[in-house]
Amino acid sequence: MNIAVLSGKGGTGKTLLSVNLASVAEKSTYIDCDVEEPNGHLFFKPENIKSKKVSVWIPMVDEKLCNGCRICVDFCKFNALAYIKNSLFVFDEICHSCGGCVYLCPQGALSEKANKIGEIQEGTSKNVEIITGILNPGEASGVPIIKELLKHIESQHAECFIDCPPGSACIVMESIKDADYCVLVAEPTIFGSHNLAMVYELVQLFKIPHGVVLNKCQDDGNPSELFCEENNIPIIGRIPFDRDLGNLNSNALIAANENEKYHSMFSNILQRIRKEVLHETTINS
Amino acid sequence: MKIALPVDEKNIESPICISFGRTPCFVIFDTDTNGSLFLDNSAAASQGGAGIQAAQMLADHNIQALITPRCGENAAEVLNAAEIKIYKSIAGSILENVQALVQNNLSPLNEIHAGFHNHGGM
Repeated sequence: MNIAVLSGKGGTGKTLLSVNLASVAEKSTYIDCDVEEPNGHLFFKPENIKSKKVSVWIPMVDEKLCNGCRICVDFCKFNALAYIKNSLFVFDEICHSCGGCVYLCPQGALSEKANKIGEIQEGTSKNVEIITGILNPGEASGVPIIKELLKHIESQHAECFIDCPPGSACIVMESIKDADYCVLVAEPTIFGSHNLAMVYELVQLFKIPHGVVLNKCQDDGNPSELFCEENNIPIIGRIPFDRDLGNLNSNALIAANENEKYHSMFSNILQRIRKEVLHETTINS
Repeated sequence: MKIALPVDEKNIESPICISFGRTPCFVIFDTDTNGSLFLDNSAAASQGGAGIQAAQMLADHNIQALITPRCGENAAEVLNAAEIKIYKSIAGSILENVQALVQNNLSPLNEIHAGFHNHGGM
């Protein structure tokens, strides 16, 4: 079972929730897809770390073979190539590594070179296997790293928790592609409900079963809760606005491991998710 | 000399467009003939690299100078390779800008920005 945790903005509690869910599960895998600033490993402090570099393929030109036909320039939808004064220019950071230019070049003047954009680290901490994606600063897209990260899902029999990047752009779509269930984390503000609406739209588009965890709940009105009621979205959990929880979390401690109260709160959310996934499987089969 | 400017509309009274790569069109002014023509910017709606494609188009039209309020670094690399000089536009009409360039009153565009990548929904 693959559970993706996402939200429309940063700081809503994606990592808090996914780290704690992974900890209360009997045996689990935690995948940090927030490759621009992965922080789940700070909580787990994984051991026996193995690293693997991630590269993308970028075209390079052999000037002697290029005859300036410009088929590659016209083909590239991202405009990563330009042909000026008898030379071909390649803009590495614009290239999306589709390989089309290399495939189409009638002169065989283009070949591919590997360009390292980041790495993946694997480690363990008690019952959890931690897989972290790290994008090098300055690189334009983390999507190739996410693709590499999610290859690990196939080999996993345990429950897998995917900690997504914030927002609803390409990189998030890539992260939730193989998810059986999406947990949307939302803050109790108007801004929070707007961000919830964005990710809600995304999971509907992908037709992935989903539910909302309301974080930082207080007694007064919650615009995100209202949004769920208006759109009939199941609320699968509530995390209170709680100073002790905030303190544990900001000290990079896993709340569920520190205090029975939080352990049972996150266990209840996980039970609810399992029930929802089971329910979806039943009605879809 | 052929001079290009990014413009909002296809008429000589049009305001200068604030964007280079995603301007809807360019005006090409030929100081030898005093003639002008308008080109649609096919890069305006592209997913990425709009500046690169727009610069390629200007190079293909044998432009020698570009007058623009701003320009990204990738576009500037293409323009430099094509030996197209980049000048900073001044407040005023297309013709006032062209005249200022001819009279040597425009300064080269020095602040080349790092681009607005990933802000177009990529």
